[in-house]
Amino acid sequence: MTDQPQHPEEQVLQEGDPDTTGHSWDGIKEFNNPLPRWWLWCFYLTIIWGVAYTVLYPAWPGISGATAGVLGYSTRAEVAEEIERFEALNADLRTQLTEVELANVTRQEAPELYNFALQAGAATFTTWCSQCHGEGAAGVQAAGYPNLLDDDWLWGGSLEDIQMTIAHGIRNEDDPDARWSEMTAFEGILSDEEIAQVVNYAMALSDVDGDGANAANHAYDTTLASAGENVFLDNCAACHGDAGDGDRFLGAPNLTDAIWLYGGSAEAVEETVRHSRFGVMPAWSGRLSEAEVNATALYVHSLGGGE
Amino acid sequence: MGVLDQHKKIETNATLLLALSFAVVTVGGIVEIAPLFYLENTIEDVEGMRPYSPLELAGREIYVREGCYVCHSQMIRPMRDEVERYGHYSLAAESQYDHPFQWGSKRTGPDLARVGGRYSDEWHYDHLISPQSVVPESIMPSYAFLADNTLTGERIGDLMGTHAFVGVPYTEEMLEMASADFIEQATDFGDPGVVERYPGAQQRDFDGNPAVTEMDALIAYLQMLGTLVDFSTFTPDESR
Repeated sequence: MTDQPQHPEEQVLQEGDPDTTGHSWDGIKEFNNPLPRWWLWCFYLTIIWGVAYTVLYPAWPGISGATAGVLGYSTRAEVAEEIERFEALNADLRTQLTEVELANVTRQEAPELYNFALQAGAATFTTWCSQCHGEGAAGVQAAGYPNLLDDDWLWGGSLEDIQMTIAHGIRNEDDPDARWSEMTAFEGILSDEEIAQVVNYAMALSDVDGDGANAANHAYDTTLASAGENVFLDNCAACHGDAGDGDRFLGAPNLTDAIWLYGGSAEAVEETVRHSRFGVMPAWSGRLSEAEVNATALYVHSLGGGE
Repeated sequence: MGVLDQHKKIETNATLLLALSFAVVTVGGIVEIAPLFYLENTIEDVEGMRPYSPLELAGREIYVREGCYVCHSQMIRPMRDEVERYGHYSLAAESQYDHPFQWGSKRTGPDLARVGGRYSDEWHYDHLISPQSVVPESIMPSYAFLADNTLTGERIGDLMGTHAFVGVPYTEEMLEMASADFIEQATDFGDPGVVERYPGAQQRDFDGNPAVTEMDALIAYLQMLGTLVDFSTFTPDESR
């Protein structure tokens, strides 16, 4: 390098300029501006952080598994621990719920346990039961999902009955203790005429005021209805009772009230008689703890229809 | 900083630069590629897992076709809120026969990893026909057309063959009986073959219609999700 520029366009270094890298292309030089120190050190720090992280936490894959990390961190252990911690907070109440006679858990006798059970039961209900029985437990009208607010129970409305139903479910294949009954599909067993008669008879059962319409306000044929009595007594009374008021042991619905699980219209009743119904409820004892089942039973019992 | 200033030597020596660049890329390559060759050891061996039965597999195809994964995940993360709402956290083994997996990345609807057995067949039927009929606040669209599309299961064996090709352990017998098993599982004439070949398979008429429809297949698939592993006997390995 001479002091005089070799090319007219060559840059001239000024006083105070940083050093150049020493490279020169057609007289163009490159300043050697170092990276800001703070930036460089942050960069080095991220490398150290990265390496340390893989040492402390599970990271490096090996032939038969990954390194566990010095801290012994495990998401699985953490979630198990967290659940345990929260369960321990209510451990006393939970144990009590599994040990006491549910009938003794009342607002007067055991207010703390009762309140706990209602809250826990409501939470469980919202998570696991509301999809069929509705947020407010009113079921789905005329679609086969029972309303739990009324006093019409298929399998019984005592605390014990409700608890049994929740724990084992109804007509499911998973639990050998599930409540089970199966109405006969009468298509092919009864003639079309007999079916028409018994459908109208069943509708007439709930017509308390004798206005020719059942309690769900669906009109029926009175002539066919009176002809249906014998068909009913021969085929239906074994489960639904001579008076048609049902049998909870068999889950046979009471036909004399205004509540129709699948609707009280002639079409709906005929569908039931011809093809039967087969409502299934899952068993919850496998998914919920005993305390949760009991809490839910107390909650459902408290909704208004409990016996 | 003596060593760090030596980069000039590398920058001015093309061969050295090439050799060292290659070395760096090799490290990156090994770290990314090598684990793929022994991926198997990251999957726990869990009792109860089996390939999908023909009907369930067809249901899975419908699940994918209809884009259910866009709103529903199938992956319960190990967190308290998820475990308490959906059940035991998902295991890698539970999606080991999924091609592709259905973990999903967005939950507009709830997670479905353990939806099996949670509702009755009738509920699933009503819910797919009109979700609002059972869950009024739901924004899920209707899939009523599934009940009208009948399936013959004629080509299901080919699909299973493809899955076998990518590593799903379907046996010769399973592939041979595919179409028969497909129909049998949804009609339930009492042939025990389906359950023998696919332990834990649920065999019944899922949609209340004697014909085998897409509704049958989808409900069969939904009803088996997350039901194969018995968590009362399973002890999780905490280091996973």
